[in-house]
Parts: sequence; C-alpha cells; structure tokens
Amino acid sequence: MNLAPRARDLGLTCCHTCGQASSSTTAHCPRCRSRLHARKPDSLARTWAFLLAALILYIPANTLPVMYTSMLGRGESSTILHGVVEFWKAGSWDIALLIFIASVAVPSTKFLALGTLLVTAQRRSTWAQPQRARLYRFVELIGYWSMLDVVVVALVSALVQFQLLGTAEPRLGIVFFGLVVVLTMFAAMSFDPRLIWDSDDDKNLPRN
Amino acid sequence: MTHPAAFVFCEHCDSIYRRHELQRDEVARCGRCCAVLYRGSRVDIDYLLALTLTAAIVFVIANASPVIRIAVSGLHNQANLLQSIVALSHGSALAVGVVAAVTLFVVPLLQIILLGWVLLFARAHRRAPGFVFAMRVLHRIRPWSMTEVFLLGVLVAIVKLSGLLHVIAGPGAWATVVLTVLIAVIARHDIRSLWDRLPGDPTGLHS
Repeated sequence: MNLAPRARDLGLTCCHTCGQASSSTTAHCPRCRSRLHARKPDSLARTWAFLLAALILYIPANTLPVMYTSMLGRGESSTILHGVVEFWKAGSWDIALLIFIASVAVPSTKFLALGTLLVTAQRRSTWAQPQRARLYRFVELIGYWSMLDVVVVALVSALVQFQLLGTAEPRLGIVFFGLVVVLTMFAAMSFDPRLIWDSDDDKNLPRN
Repeated sequence: MTHPAAFVFCEHCDSIYRRHELQRDEVARCGRCCAVLYRGSRVDIDYLLALTLTAAIVFVIANASPVIRIAVSGLHNQANLLQSIVALSHGSALAVGVVAAVTLFVVPLLQIILLGWVLLFARAHRRAPGFVFAMRVLHRIRPWSMTEVFLLGVLVAIVKLSGLLHVIAGPGAWATVVLTVLIAVIARHDIRSLWDRLPGDPTGLHS
C-alpha cells in the first residue's frame, strides 16, 4: 500500500498548536511561538510515571470512603462501589451502571489501554497499528467522564445540610479519585501517538 | 521556511498530505491512522460568534441560578455550581475542589471569553490583540472543559436524592443542558483555520 510520507522523514516538524510546518531544526514555531518537538519529549517515561502514580492512587480512591452522610442521627461513610451497590439495590440499575462505567470501567480501561500502548510502543511493535491508533483516540475521548463522582459528591454535600435531620460531607477518597482522573489525563496527553508508527521506520529504512 | 495551508499534517501519526478543497460536510481522514485531518465546512465567523455570545449568556444563568432544589419536612435548600464546589472544598478535600473549580468553571469561562475576543476581531479580518496568546491558551485548555460531566452529575444527584427527599431541577440545570449543547456545537469547529485566514505581521515581531 502506498502511504503518505511522514513529516520527520522530510525534515519537517508540525506545530500542534497552529498546524504550521517548520524545518526540524527550528526550536519554536515561527507563527505561534510554541516550542516544537518532532516527538513529545520523554513521552514513554512521562506516560509511565503518570500512569503508575494514577494506579497507586486508585487504591485509596476505591477503599477510602468518598462521602459521609447522616440521616436522622444515623451516620455512615460510603465508598464508590458501596454507592453503586446501593443504587442497584434501590432499583436504579441504570444509574448504578452509569456510575460503575464512569468510576470503575473507564479508569480500568484507561490503565489497560495506556499500558498496552506503552509496552507495544516501547518494543517498536508493528502489531495492529491502526487499531492501536484508534485505541489511543478512544482513551482521549473517555478520559474525563470519571469526574462524575466528584460532581455528585459536590452537589450532595452542598444540598444536604439540615443539621439534625441530615447532613453530607466529602471524605478523603474523593480527593484520591479526582487526582486519579487528573493523572490519567496527563498520562494520555504525554503519550505521543506518532510513536505507534515509528517502528515502520526500521522496516522502510532501505528505501530512503 | 513555511508552507501556508498547502500541506496538512496528521497530528496522530505525522503523515503529511497535500490539502484538497472539500465539499461541505466532507471529511478528510488520514490514510495511515484514520484520524480526521480536516473538515469541508469552513468556519463561519459570524455564526460561531453568535453561538459564543449565546454561550456566554447561558453560562451566567447556569452559574447564577440553582441547579437543584430539595425539600424535606418543611425544610428546603438549593445549590448552584459554585456553592457545590465550595461544599466540596471542605477541609482535606480542598485539592479536589480546586480541580472541580478549574474544569467546571474556570476553563469553560476562559474558553467563552477568549473565543469571543478572537472572533470579535476576526469579523473585521483582523487579529485581536493577544491573538497568539489567546489561540495557544484555547488549544491548551480544551481537554479540561467538563461541562457535560457536570450535567450528568446533576442527573445522578437528582436520582440519588429523590429516594429520600423532594427534589426539583432548578433553572441552572436547564441552562446547563443548553450550555452543554452550545459548547459541543462550538467545539465541532476547528478554529485553527484562523491562523491561515488572519495572517499576522510578516516580520513575526508583533503578535
């Protein structure tokens, strides 16, 4: 198949901010003055660091309570999974599913997907390149939906303020949860999807 | 050396293509990785500015009015976005309060202000003062805008509380629905074409 040439092979670097092409020797984009890189700097190391940090914080995010609620004197702290189970038992299986997807399925998918992308890029694998490119765009797309629980805890804590009758307060788990979302977003941003295709260079080398 | 608009790059795999004119609603995709390269529909500045100004008005309504009202045995309470962020920033949860404030309030607000500013001058075929800065910031903050997540959170909170209390969606919730739609429509336009359409000072000394 005849594929388009790649900018780096032509000695060009494309500015991500404004789309301007410059010679690879240029340090800053002449049009918007953003710093130029042929590839994101230390992409693999940075992505690993953010991903592992997120993975570690994901443990307290799930085990620590995210919210404390007291109704008529009965107080209880609940974790995210506890909240999912409660919705399920109350018959709101759709909301239970929604929270489960946003808080468990999305972060887990991100960990697995980014891990796969990192390992394959590191081994300069040519396996399933179009699918891996699509996987990366999928990770970018689902990224921030995990913030859902943070929003719910914020709203409930602001609303349920009736002293003796009932109160709700955020707990430490939600902090870890918010940080996991931010860290996984940083991880996805520091991964350079062009690395997926760089293994082709070895294959095509004799042609150049 | 510069290549004005004649070439287009795939951000996702570094492929380089010659740009072709597209018909309305046509989409150019990368032959290597299938990512969208560019779209046929040209950015209509007046249309986009109208959407942005509408979003600005709706943003004020969405933040000034309560999103949820609750009532139980004669007591009632209501909350809007900013009150919820304050309630979240309780003690040790301050860090996540800051994240929520940035993604749900500061970033959408900045997007509306900067986009409105750039487009206002683009109507007169001019680069706004601080054009380069505004365009760079708009590009940077784009992934951090989470209004649609807030909307879904409002929905979940309403269902969660409706088992115990009387819950009503306030005007802020409806304004958030409209704001989410407006932001989604605005985000469909790739404003990076403004770089080509509004050529800057050729010396590059002036931004």
